[in-house]
Amino acid sequence: MARVSVQEADFDLSAEVAALRAGDGGVGAVVAFVGTVRDRGAGQAISAMELEHYPGMTEAAIEAMVDEACRRFELRAVRVVHRVGRLEAQDQIVLVAVSSAHRGQAFQGCEFLMDYLKTQAPFWKKEHTAEGARWVDARVADDDALARWGIRSGNAG
Amino acid sequence: MKVQVRYFASLREGLGAAETVDMPPDSSVGQLRDLLLTRSERHAELLARGRAVRCALAQRLCEEDQALAEGAEVAFFPPVTGG
Repeated sequence: MARVSVQEADFDLSAEVAALRAGDGGVGAVVAFVGTVRDRGAGQAISAMELEHYPGMTEAAIEAMVDEACRRFELRAVRVVHRVGRLEAQDQIVLVAVSSAHRGQAFQGCEFLMDYLKTQAPFWKKEHTAEGARWVDARVADDDALARWGIRSGNAG
Repeated sequence: MKVQVRYFASLREGLGAAETVDMPPDSSVGQLRDLLLTRSERHAELLARGRAVRCALAQRLCEEDQALAEGAEVAFFPPVTGG
């Protein structure tokens, strides 16, 4: 199975995790993170979200992040799915799932990948509210999260 | 040398998805941004120095001191907000 998918379609957490660890008896831990669309942002109701990306660069950037995660942590398998296009409130946006022999490496590998993805993968969110659409601002807190792993990110600037 | 410029998100909405620019040899990504700033009032506003604009060369995040080559693909976009 591909490690990285960027797609409009939804994903099935159970099926993805089953595929991730299928046939690997060395797996003792699976950690999966699912990000979803909140129905409120900056005090306003959000009806929908549009996700734009940079085709080609997105996939390559995430593949490089997965390589780095596998260098740093003892991961047996990794799966990243990121949706693009139009999403509704409460929809799933992103899945990062990793398997490892033990939980410590799995928790860390999953969190590392999410922190990396938030600030270094070329996706942009646009929220739709009753007052119109607006691009979501990047957060300095996300750069700080990546800095904990020793990687400097000036994304939010 | 010809350079292909691409824009994403709010920059794409303001400047279009792509344009081709003729640059002198040995130019950098930063010099390309300087030239683009002079193209229109909208370019000057959206690519203004001091605005948070990220760039990529050959589909990798880069700094503005990176050197351009003939046919290079350079992208400018706002800070990323995925995940």
